[in-house]
Amino acid sequence: MDQTTVVRRAAPIDEDDDASNEPMAVIPSVATASASSSAPAAGSSSSGSAAGGKSLFSRKPNSAAVSIHSSDPGLEFDQLMRIYYSRLFPFKKYYRWLSYGNVQKHYFCNREFSFTLEGDIYVRYQSFSTEEQLRKEIIQRNPIKIDIGAVYNVEPKDHKQVRGPEFKAEEKEVVFDIDMTDYDDIRTCCKGADICFRCWPFMTIAVRILDRALRDDFGFKSLLWIYSGRRGVHCWVCDNSVRTYDSNIRTVLTDYLSVVKGSEKNAKKVALTNPLHPSLQKSLDIIEEYWEPVILGDQDILRSPAHIDRVLATIPDEDNARMRQALRNEWNTHPNGTSQERWKQLVQEVYLSVKAGKSYLKSTVPEIMFQFAYPRLDVEVTKGVNHLLKSPFCVHPKTGRVCVPMDVDSIDDFDPFAVPTIQELCSQINQFDAANPHATTDSGKKLQDYKKTKLKDFMSPFLKFLEPLESNIRDAKLMDMDKDGMAMDW
Amino acid sequence: MQHIRKGGNKVTVFREYPHKLSIYPLPPIQEVSLEEFETFAADRLKVLKAIELARIKFPKRGVEYNGLVNDAIRKYMPLSENDQGEDICVAERRKDHISHYILRLVYCRSEDLRRWFLMHELELFRFKFVAETQAQIVTFLKANDLSYVPIPNEEKAQLLPLLQASAGPTVSPQDILSEDYFKLPFLAALELVRSRRVYLQGGAVYVPRRELVSILSGVYRSRLSSALAQTSRALPNLEEDERLVPLLNALAKQYLGSDYLSQRGQVTGNITSEQVDGLSTTSFSPCMRNLHQALRGNHHLRHGGRMQYGLFLKSIGLHLDEAMRFWRTEFTRIMGADKFDKSYAYNIRHNYGKEGKRTDYSSYSCAKIITSNNPGVGDHHGCPFRHFDAEHLRQKMYEYGVASGGIKEIIGLVQGNQFQVACTRYFELTHKLPQGASPMIVSHPRQFYDESRKLLGGNDEQQQQHRSQLLTMREKREQFLAARGLPTSGSPGAHMSISYDDNFDEIGDISMDAATTEVLAAAEAAADFDDADDMDFD
Ligand SMILES: [Zn+2]
Repeated sequence: MDQTTVVRRAAPIDEDDDASNEPMAVIPSVATASASSSAPAAGSSSSGSAAGGKSLFSRKPNSAAVSIHSSDPGLEFDQLMRIYYSRLFPFKKYYRWLSYGNVQKHYFCNREFSFTLEGDIYVRYQSFSTEEQLRKEIIQRNPIKIDIGAVYNVEPKDHKQVRGPEFKAEEKEVVFDIDMTDYDDIRTCCKGADICFRCWPFMTIAVRILDRALRDDFGFKSLLWIYSGRRGVHCWVCDNSVRTYDSNIRTVLTDYLSVVKGSEKNAKKVALTNPLHPSLQKSLDIIEEYWEPVILGDQDILRSPAHIDRVLATIPDEDNARMRQALRNEWNTHPNGTSQERWKQLVQEVYLSVKAGKSYLKSTVPEIMFQFAYPRLDVEVTKGVNHLLKSPFCVHPKTGRVCVPMDVDSIDDFDPFAVPTIQELCSQINQFDAANPHATTDSGKKLQDYKKTKLKDFMSPFLKFLEPLESNIRDAKLMDMDKDGMAMDW
Repeated sequence: MQHIRKGGNKVTVFREYPHKLSIYPLPPIQEVSLEEFETFAADRLKVLKAIELARIKFPKRGVEYNGLVNDAIRKYMPLSENDQGEDICVAERRKDHISHYILRLVYCRSEDLRRWFLMHELELFRFKFVAETQAQIVTFLKANDLSYVPIPNEEKAQLLPLLQASAGPTVSPQDILSEDYFKLPFLAALELVRSRRVYLQGGAVYVPRRELVSILSGVYRSRLSSALAQTSRALPNLEEDERLVPLLNALAKQYLGSDYLSQRGQVTGNITSEQVDGLSTTSFSPCMRNLHQALRGNHHLRHGGRMQYGLFLKSIGLHLDEAMRFWRTEFTRIMGADKFDKSYAYNIRHNYGKEGKRTDYSSYSCAKIITSNNPGVGDHHGCPFRHFDAEHLRQKMYEYGVASGGIKEIIGLVQGNQFQVACTRYFELTHKLPQGASPMIVSHPRQFYDESRKLLGGNDEQQQQHRSQLLTMREKREQFLAARGLPTSGSPGAHMSISYDDNFDEIGDISMDAATTEVLAAAEAAADFDDADDMDFD
C-alpha cells in the first residue's frame, strides 16, 4: 500500500462519498495505473472508425491485448475493474435509486442482480440486504458485468427454498433497449457492433422520440437514459405505478411505440394512416429535424445504387415499378446528384402520383422517413418482468466504457466516443492526485474519487433523475403519514 | 318485480337477472338438472360455433355475418327485452348464465381450448353489446362498477384536430362533435392504446362511445381469462364427480379444431437429424421449411426461431439426443462448442422438459404462430403467409415449386387474411391434390407434416390408397355442401378453421391471457438469460 492511499484514508470522508469508506486493503495500487497514464488515452478519439470492433482487453491473462497499450505493461482488465468498483462505482446513489426510499421494506433485498464473472460464468439470483452488502460483494467478486432483474416475492438468493411456481417476479422498471444492430438494414456506414459518428444520431433520434412519447403521452416522470457502453442506449422508466406493470401492459407500450415492423422479408416495414396519429406526428416533427443533416447528409441514403434500392423498394407496388425505374434512370444519368437533391425528386414524383389519383401513395413519404429514422426497439427486453438488463454504471467488457447516464436535454451533444473508459478514469485519478495532492472539498473533506475524473460530468443527469424521484417518494410517504395520522385521530 | 320511473320511460327491473347483457361476474348457485346441463351447454356451443363459421365466411363482418350469428342466437340462446315479462326473461338469462359457466369447465383444460373459448365468447359479447341501446349500456356500466369521465363539449372542441387524427381517416369532425367522449386512464383501454386508435395525453385516453365495446371486451377478457385459469386449477377436484367427467369430455371433443390442438407434447414416430433436410423439402409447412433454410444458411436462429422450430422438431419425433446433435452441428459452425453448451444446450433440454420447471412444452399451433410474437429484423420465425409481404411470399412460393397460377391464388387468400387456408392450398398444390381435397385446414404445422407423411410416406400402394380416400371424401363433402346451397371447394367456408380479423390484436393478445402468460413466463424465465447472443454485451 502506498503512502498516498494511507493519507487519503485518514482524511475525513465527504458525506455523500460513494466509494472511499471501503477498506483500502483490497484495492490494487493505483500507482501501477499511472505508469500508463502518460500515453494518450485509448478509445477517446472520435474519429469515424469503429469503436466496438475489437476488444480492448482480454480476460485471458496471457493474451497480447491485456494492457491498454500493447507496448505498455499496464493493468489487466480485472484489476482496473477492482479499482473502478472500489473507488468510482457510485454505490450510494445507486442504492438510493434502487431502494426507492425503502417505502416497501423488502424492495431492495428482493431484487435480483446477476453477475458475469471471470471466465464467462453467469451467476443469477444474487440479492443483497443492504447497500453495504452490495458494495462488499461487488468489490470482492469483481464482476465483469452486472445485470439488474426483477423484484421477486422472496429474496432471490433464497429462491431454491420455495417451489418453482411460488417464486415470482413481481415488479421491475419498464426498460427499453435500442441497439444499433437493429439498424443494420438501413445504416450505410457500419454493421454489427460497430458505430461511428455517422450512425450514432440514430440513437439521438430514438432518445428524443421515446422520451417525448413516454413523458407527454403516457405521463411517466422518472426516466433514466443510459449509454450501453458500446452501440446502444437503455431507458429505465421508474415511476412507482410503472414498476408494477405486468408483461401485457409492457407489450402494449412497445406496440404503441413500435412503428417499424417486419423482418427482411418485408421491404416496406412501415404502414401509416392519413392523417397521422398525433403521437406519430410529433415523432415525425423530430425526425424532420434530423432528416436533412443526418439521414440524407451523414447517411447519404440515396447515393449508392444498393442503398437507393433499399429506399425505392419501400414504395408500394402496383404500377410504381415505372416510377422507381424513372427515378433510377434519372439518378444513373446524373451520378453526381446529392441525396438531398434526389430526395426532393422522389418527394416530387410521389406528390405528382398522388395528384394523379394514386391515393395509396399518400403516406409514402412519411413512411420512408419512419422506416429510415424511427427508433427500433428490442421488444423482448421490454416485455418480460423478469428480463435482465445490464446495469447502469457497469463497464462494457469489450470497450471498457462506463454505462453512463445521459442528459436528454443535451442529447445532441452526447458523444459515445467521449465516454470515459476505466483505464482513462484510473489515469485521471492519478493525474489529479499528482497535481493536487491535498485537494479537499469546500468544507474541508476529502474529495470523492469520481470528482477527480470525467465521470463527474455524467453524475448530474443521474442526480437530475434521482432528486424528483425521491421527492415524489417523500410526498407519498407524507401522504401515507397523513392518512395514518387521521386514522389515529379517529 | 320493481318498476322504476326514469326520464319518463318505465324501466322494468327484475330482482334476479336484471340485465340482459352480462359478463357473468358470479357463478350460478342454483340446482341444475343433468339434462339441463347437457342441453344448455350444447346450445351455447352451437352459438359459438356459428360465430366461428361466420368469422371464416365473412372475415370483415357485415350484414351477412350478422344474419348468421343472429339466426343462431335466436334459435339456441335467445335473450328478450325486459318488456317480454319476467318469466321468459329470467328463464333465458338463467340459461345464458349457466351455459356460460358449464363451457368454462369444458374449455379451461388447455391453452388452446381456452384461447378458442375466450375468442368466441368475446365475440359473442361484442355482438350483443353493439346491438344494445344507449340506456342499457349506461345501466350495464353502472352494474359493473365502471366509471368514466365525460369530456365537456368545450374541451372536445379544443381537442378536435387531435381527436380526429387519432380516430382515423373515416371519421369526420362532425362525427366527433356529435359523439360522447370519455376520458379514462390508459390502463383501462390497452387495446386502443396498443393500436394507436385513441388520443393519449398525460396517461389518459380520450375514447369515443363507439369504442367502449373494445374496452369492455378488454375488461371481460382479463376477468374471463383469469377465471379460466382458476377453473383449470380447480378442475381436478371437480372431476371426481363421475357423472360430469364423460359429459365434459364429450363436449370438449365437439371443439372443431383437430386433436393437434389439445395434444400436449405427444411424439409419434422417430426421426434422425440426418432425415431433417429431406423431410423439410417434402413435408414441412412453409414456416418450418423457411426456418430450416435459415438455420442451414446462417448456422444460427434467434430465440423465436429456436422455440418455434425446436418444439416442432421435437413434436415430429426428433428425440433429445438427436436434437442436441442437430443443433450443435449447425451452431458450432460459427461458434465454439463451449459457447454452444453454455448458451444453447440448456434451452434445448428445457424444451424437452429436462431443465427448469420440467414442463413438456408443446409445439406451436398456427394460431399462436400467426398471432403472437411478430418477427423482427433478423428473425425467421412466424408464418410466411402472415408475416411476409406479397413480394417475398411470391418468391418463396416460387422457390418451393408452386406454379404461377397457384401463387396467385395463395396471394389472393392471404390478402383476405385467410392465412391457414392459403397454407392449405399450398399443401394441396405441393402434394398434387385437387382443390378441396386437403383432409384439413392447416391448424398446426405438425398436422401439415403428418398429413404429408400419410401421402408421401409408406409404399406406393398405401400412398395410392390414401390419395383415393381423400378424393372420395372430397366428393362427398362437395355433394353435402351443394345439396345445402353452401359454397363448395376452394371456398374457405367449406372447412372449419380459425380466421383472422383485420385487427389482429383482437386475437393476438388473447395469447397473453393470464393462463398463457404463466406458461410464457415459465419459458421466459429460463430463456431470458440463455439468449446470450441477443442481449449480452449490449
Ligand atoms: Zn456508422
